[in-house]
Amino acid sequence: MDQKIKKEVISILVDNQANVLTRVSSLFGRRGFNIDSLTVSATNDPNLSRITVVFTGTEQGLHQIITQTAKLEVVKKIFTLHSGDSIYRELLLLKVRADKTNRSAIKEIVDIYRGRIVDLSKDSLIIEITGDSDKLDAFMEMLSCYEIAEVCRTGITGIGRGPSWDEK
Amino acid sequence: MKVTGSQLVAEILLEHGVDTVFGYPGGTALNLYDTLYEYRDKIKHVLTAHEQGAAHAADGYSRATGKTGVVFATSGPGATNLVTGIATAFMDSIPMVAITANVPDSLIGRDAFQEISITGVAMPITKHTFFVNKIEDLAGALRNAFRIANSGRKGPVLIDITKDVTAAKIDYKPALPLPLNPSPVFRDEDVQEVAAMINAAERPIIYFGGGVPASNAGEELNRLLEIADIPATHTLMAAGIVGYDNKRNLGLIGMHGSIAANKAVDRADLVLALGARFSDRVALNPKKFARKARKVQIDIDTSEINKNVLVDFGVTADVKEFLTRLLPLIKEKDHSEWVSQATEWKKRTGDVKCQDAELHPSEIVQSVCKLTDKETIYVTDVGQHQMWAAQYLNHEKTHNFVTSGGLGTMGFGYGAAIGAQVGNPDKRVVHFTGDGSFHMNLNEACTAVSQELPIITVIMNNKVLGMVYQWQTTFYGKRYAATTPERKTDFPKLAEAFGAKGFSASNPAEFEEVFKKALQEKGPVWIDCAIARNERVLPMIPAGGAVEDMIIG
Repeated sequence: MDQKIKKEVISILVDNQANVLTRVSSLFGRRGFNIDSLTVSATNDPNLSRITVVFTGTEQGLHQIITQTAKLEVVKKIFTLHSGDSIYRELLLLKVRADKTNRSAIKEIVDIYRGRIVDLSKDSLIIEITGDSDKLDAFMEMLSCYEIAEVCRTGITGIGRGPSWDEK
Repeated sequence: MKVTGSQLVAEILLEHGVDTVFGYPGGTALNLYDTLYEYRDKIKHVLTAHEQGAAHAADGYSRATGKTGVVFATSGPGATNLVTGIATAFMDSIPMVAITANVPDSLIGRDAFQEISITGVAMPITKHTFFVNKIEDLAGALRNAFRIANSGRKGPVLIDITKDVTAAKIDYKPALPLPLNPSPVFRDEDVQEVAAMINAAERPIIYFGGGVPASNAGEELNRLLEIADIPATHTLMAAGIVGYDNKRNLGLIGMHGSIAANKAVDRADLVLALGARFSDRVALNPKKFARKARKVQIDIDTSEINKNVLVDFGVTADVKEFLTRLLPLIKEKDHSEWVSQATEWKKRTGDVKCQDAELHPSEIVQSVCKLTDKETIYVTDVGQHQMWAAQYLNHEKTHNFVTSGGLGTMGFGYGAAIGAQVGNPDKRVVHFTGDGSFHMNLNEACTAVSQELPIITVIMNNKVLGMVYQWQTTFYGKRYAATTPERKTDFPKLAEAFGAKGFSASNPAEFEEVFKKALQEKGPVWIDCAIARNERVLPMIPAGGAVEDMIIG
């Protein structure tokens, strides 16, 4: 088995019921699966929720996280979303200290990254930006020379291109 | 037909053929128990001394009968007392349904008297948990619990029912048990590939575990051994599948496995793992385990493949289904040179008798074997006596060796023996224990007495916590921290105090004599056997070691 460390995005369709997130996250905790992010959301089917997990590890680790999670009674489907045929998005909200001296310089960067300024006050502003994680990382790097006050990122959510998961 | 939630529980148990349950009543379980009273002609309830004993009894019942074990407990401490028993069943993949009552739904989350979120506690030690606070969810939860417990890799399921639901009324519609989940699909190409590897191997060995008895694949396995002339070694969970006298049976593998089994695995060019998971008590050093061999793993649980040891080829399949399709492709082979080499290794054992006492563990086990028939069910606790029982018993039958493998639960034995005996009233049950393990749950003697169970408990009494004591002797410079309790327990007297029968033995002749007497008794018997504290379980490969690190004597 390949021992190289890779990043994978895993999509899990689960029963939409109480404790489902606890079941999945406690499994990750007790088996020592290290995850980068986890998001949960509703789907077009009221009975199902969708959990998107970003996992960094070896092929053996990936096989473990997928097969152990698949054993949970609440898990209806689990699969990896490969970067070539999937769309990943993450939302970033970032509050930066800014006043009349540097506001327009920041706005220029925000525009290049197709972000939006969603709140403005005398000495700070809040930026909203979506994209894949690399884009958000790059944006934060660009803003690092300013005084960042608060950052909030949702973690990746993702969807496969073409046919839907239950048609594949 | 309108029934209460409690009556619904009883009806659905009957739908699944449950006629025996173990448990302990309490405040929130009053409605459930009132119904068990009403159904007492159809469902036998065995009251234990402690909920842990009830959980082990349900587990032992399942192991010794192949049926699903069912245990009842009340909320709070009743439920938490089940935890070790449920975890024991989980680690050994034993089908069990635990039913707990909780406080009424109106009090949930208020830290009410005897309220605990047992579904939260039990999540990591069950296949699934149900929390039922609506009567309309109850039937589905119960029926699915039996389906989940018995599908794929088996295991325990817990259902927590609020007290109001046990009293609420609902329409009961009888139904058949839900079909089990289909077993994994595997390809002909996979079977052909494994067959080709077996047919080409010069020094093959089969290493099998609890998956073989769980799928009832003993017959197919024995045919494979015979046709392809392959020696085999088993884990603690799979004693009795291949007959003790079969020359191809190399015995137990791993830390306290036989010299033959561990050497053969080390020399083999092919290891076929059937329903076994390369645990750290088998593949003590996963990198050095079977280092010259190609490894093939067949398991019903995909997550076991490549979990502990990376294999060359893995197939997710029910062992019985896989072997059934494999057998026609296996060529008749003669590996007599390889088998006879392994048989030669079998002559050397780790039976070094300590001369500080007249009675030795191997003699006790061999003497029990001689005086009991092949149908006898042997139950153990955990520790040195467990390993001696595993090493020296003439295992001949599937489901006749009941022991806590994965969790290694001291205190498992007496409860499990009670469950095994209740499930097999016509068979003899012999319970091997040590003075350490037995002190943990010997309170269940009251259960064995009130149920009139003729369980013979053989206490290998070395007056120390032997297994830890042995490690301290070998690896900790004889610093005996907390293993020499200086207890003065008089076991025969204590047995009498419980209303059981007690004997003691300090040499082989005495042991045979009292064991013969014990066989005549109608109720439980304890035999206190004086053995030396310096008896060791050998051979031994230290944790993390390999075959070259084996301590033989």
